Amino acid sequence: MPDATDRRILRQLLADPGIANAELAERAGVTPASLWRRLERMRETGTIRATESRIDWRRLGYEVEVSLRFTLDKTDPRAFDDFIAAARRVPEVTEIQTFLGSVDLRLSVIARDMAHWQQIYRESILTLPHVTDSDALMLVSTIKDVQELPL
Amino acid sequence: MSDAAFVPDATDLAILRLLAGDATLSAAEIGRELGMTQPATWRRIRRLTEAGVIAGRRISVDMAALGFGVTVFLGIRLAARGRTSLEDFERAVTAIPEVQTVQHVLGQFDYRLRIHARDIADFERILRRRIMTLPGVGQVEANVMLSEERRPGPLGV
Repeated sequence: MPDATDRRILRQLLADPGIANAELAERAGVTPASLWRRLERMRETGTIRATESRIDWRRLGYEVEVSLRFTLDKTDPRAFDDFIAAARRVPEVTEIQTFLGSVDLRLSVIARDMAHWQQIYRESILTLPHVTDSDALMLVSTIKDVQELPL
Repeated sequence: MSDAAFVPDATDLAILRLLAGDATLSAAEIGRELGMTQPATWRRIRRLTEAGVIAGRRISVDMAALGFGVTVFLGIRLAARGRTSLEDFERAVTAIPEVQTVQHVLGQFDYRLRIHARDIADFERILRRRIMTLPGVGQVEANVMLSEERRPGPLGV
């Protein structure tokens, strides 16, 4: 389990994920050697699962982002597995979440423009299996997107 | 940084695939993987970063181990819409520390939120004291996240 010092390190790291290790050590009040050891241990134990580069899809020409919400036919025990396997084969899907609530599943889908979106929707989304209901939320703007946690 | 989209070639996409999996890889390691020299790889990475294609890092942590056992996605519809109420709502909602993501959307809801809570009781407290009291808030739909998978996206194969 992460202790108070680990939490202090993570609080600073999540607030500024691109931070250099020397600066992180200073902000968290630990020596660079201790920081390195603690980060290694948190990676080994899975407290830190991954450090990934964020890709700005707009810079690559993907102007449209849609949050698609699905309800599945739960009478079929394979509904979730089949749906997720099919969604993974759609390259424009960037996130898959499952839920407990009125929505069973959510996909984040990106497209270059509305014509491209229409093509993805018709060819890859409407053909996903076991769907009984779906709705779409089209992204207008992202107001806040942080990784910070009130640790 | 120009406004025109960056057009990546196959090598750029290969670099992005590797970095999207592990941002801590060095230019030398990526170069070895792709059969390129370290300086050539470094120049490519710098170009992708300067173009804004590589836009920082995402640290994926075990939320439950940090005491945040519950992630909830909220759909919020505003009761009274108008420019002033949007601004008031946005200012108030972004100030809530448990709210990580706020997106203005078109559809059945006006906003979608991602919230991290310690447990269901903590979520109820956030929902009642922080969310339901937001200016202009109308219908609220909550879905508790069970699993999440981030996909590499259209980076070729």
